[in-house]
Amino acid sequence: MIRVRGLVSRFGGQVVHEGLDMQVEEGEIFGIVGGSGTGKSVLLRTILGLKRPEAGSVELYGRSLDGLDARERAALVQKYGVTFQNGALISSLTVAENVRLPLREYRTRSPEALESQTQLCLAMVGLPPGTEEKYPAQLSGGMTKRAALARALALEPSLLFLDEPTAGLDPISAAAFDELLLYLHSRLDLTVVMITHDLDTLFRTCGRVGVIIDGKMRSGAPRQLAEDPHPWIQAYFHGPRARAAQEQTHG
Amino acid sequence: MRSSLALEGDGDTWKLELGGDWSASALGEIVEQLDSLPPRLRGTLTCDWTRAHAPGIGPVWALLTRLGAANPGSGELRILHLAAPSHLRFLEDLRDARAEPAPSAPCDGSGGPIATLGRWSLAQGLRVREFAAFVGRMVAVLTRALSKPRALRASSLVRHVQETGIAAVPIVSLIAFLISVIVAYLGAQQLRLFGADIFVVDLTAIAVLREMGVLLTSIIVAGRSGSAFAAEIGVMQLNEETDALRALGLDPIELLVVPRVLGLVVALPLLTVIADAMGLAGGGLLAHFQLHIPWAQFVNRLHAAIAPSTFWVGLIKAPIFAVLIAATGAYRGMQVRDSARELGRLTTLAVVQSIFLVILADAVLAVLFVRLGV
Ligand SMILES: Nc1ncnc2c1ncn2[C@@H]1O[C@H](COP(=O)(O)OP(=O)(O)OP(=O)(O)O)[C@@H](O)[C@H]1O
Ligand SMILES: [Mg+2]
Repeated sequence: MIRVRGLVSRFGGQVVHEGLDMQVEEGEIFGIVGGSGTGKSVLLRTILGLKRPEAGSVELYGRSLDGLDARERAALVQKYGVTFQNGALISSLTVAENVRLPLREYRTRSPEALESQTQLCLAMVGLPPGTEEKYPAQLSGGMTKRAALARALALEPSLLFLDEPTAGLDPISAAAFDELLLYLHSRLDLTVVMITHDLDTLFRTCGRVGVIIDGKMRSGAPRQLAEDPHPWIQAYFHGPRARAAQEQTHG
Repeated sequence: MRSSLALEGDGDTWKLELGGDWSASALGEIVEQLDSLPPRLRGTLTCDWTRAHAPGIGPVWALLTRLGAANPGSGELRILHLAAPSHLRFLEDLRDARAEPAPSAPCDGSGGPIATLGRWSLAQGLRVREFAAFVGRMVAVLTRALSKPRALRASSLVRHVQETGIAAVPIVSLIAFLISVIVAYLGAQQLRLFGADIFVVDLTAIAVLREMGVLLTSIIVAGRSGSAFAAEIGVMQLNEETDALRALGLDPIELLVVPRVLGLVVALPLLTVIADAMGLAGGGLLAHFQLHIPWAQFVNRLHAAIAPSTFWVGLIKAPIFAVLIAATGAYRGMQVRDSARELGRLTTLAVVQSIFLVILADAVLAVLFVRLGV
């Protein structure tokens, strides 16, 4: 579904990715982890075509992004939903208008249909009724994440990109988010690519995980990856927090 | 394959046949057809999904909420599903868990003209107070900074002089030159009727030095830098950068506003001098090539026409206008809250109001100078 080959990303002299390979199959939940500043968000932006890679190729649904014309691009955009690390809701629109933005553009202008779909999206992400009239600046951090997810789900995409969806959520909401994601994943045949630092989320939801180290990616099932001798991976998977998270999912 | 929805039956047994495209992209069409369902239903309703193609969550949700609305007092309608989509239960749970929207807050819209007037006056009053507080804090910080030059943040000041002053030299020069050529040209057309060509020199010199040099410069700077101040500070407001500064114990007025005001107070007089020079050059060139007035005569006439005060009366206005422009821009920037639209609105307002204030101040000063006899 997603195939990245030999990706090189540079900002001036700073090399972020150096021959990174990544592959995501249909129907899986793929987690991307790595230290702060290792280029997870940059990788996501590259896959989405928001940043041009310096070298290497990116394919979505088996097609390279470069060869698409405007029509094909619009068709592709409707197949995936994205949440950005900081929400990126349009600040001058209410939550409801944010959710309706892609719907209005690609689906329908009927007010009842828009209202119905808005309510559905807000219900799915667990935003209480009444939130839809608020402006992004009036939301808490966690509510912003949910509203962004609601907007990403509006077109009922088959592929979901999430940049740190549980960061800033309280543990109970984060756990509820994991369940929601698993549920949507199983019921809606979703493929999910998720950047996360949250070990609980990682072990609970991700079938495979890719770690960005030294500009390259090492991927595998979480438990298999935990055996990798690289010091960062060892520290990540066997630190005090990791142990607790692993024990929980074992038991 | 169009989506379809057919209700059959009567009395107590109903059958709802769902067919065709029920995917997410058919949402609009399906919601339209839901309107045809009767407002209330009772008895047993069987939804037959066997012929619905790839039902998406959106359309199924729309149907469920519609059926829920047709059955307000629960129990009157029993709903069965045949070949239900896999996510039906999930959506049913979701719908049941979702409470009714809370009644909206009492509306504050109406209340008659008196109430509207009251609210408006209150808002104006608050605005005046806010503005007074801003000016007061700015003056306090300014006096503190002037008495303790170390707090002046020289590097920031230099940057603003560079950005608002030096970078504006080309455009200010060009416009001052062109406008004075136009004024001299039109003046010459009239004066020639009286054979008084030479007075073109008086005309351009006095107009440029007293009014046009400083006024044109101020208007250009208001458009260039007043908007920049509002936008820069406004974006910082949106990103909570100003809050972060306050939380760090730093005063945004001292850090952001005062350097801009002082920078412009330095830059605008310098730009005015340049505009004056370019304006005189424009007048001189026109006089030379169009009216064939020799350079020497032009310079002599210039000496006779202007007193030193002509130049100073123009220049003295520059720092006053600078304060007006910079303070308006910064103040509007500090008012930005919450959204990108506000940023646009207040940036526009900053430019419009600073130009208005500059012209108003110019009129007041003109009267004042006449009274003072300069
Ligand atoms: N527009 C940009 N210009 C220059 N450098 C950039 C830009 N965007 C990102 N970088 C650099 O690329 C590197 C990777 O950034 P990225 O945002 O992908 O980190 P990340 O892995 O998502 O980290 P985090 O977990 O903190 O979100 C960082 O060193 C960052 O400084
Ligand atoms: Mg990131």
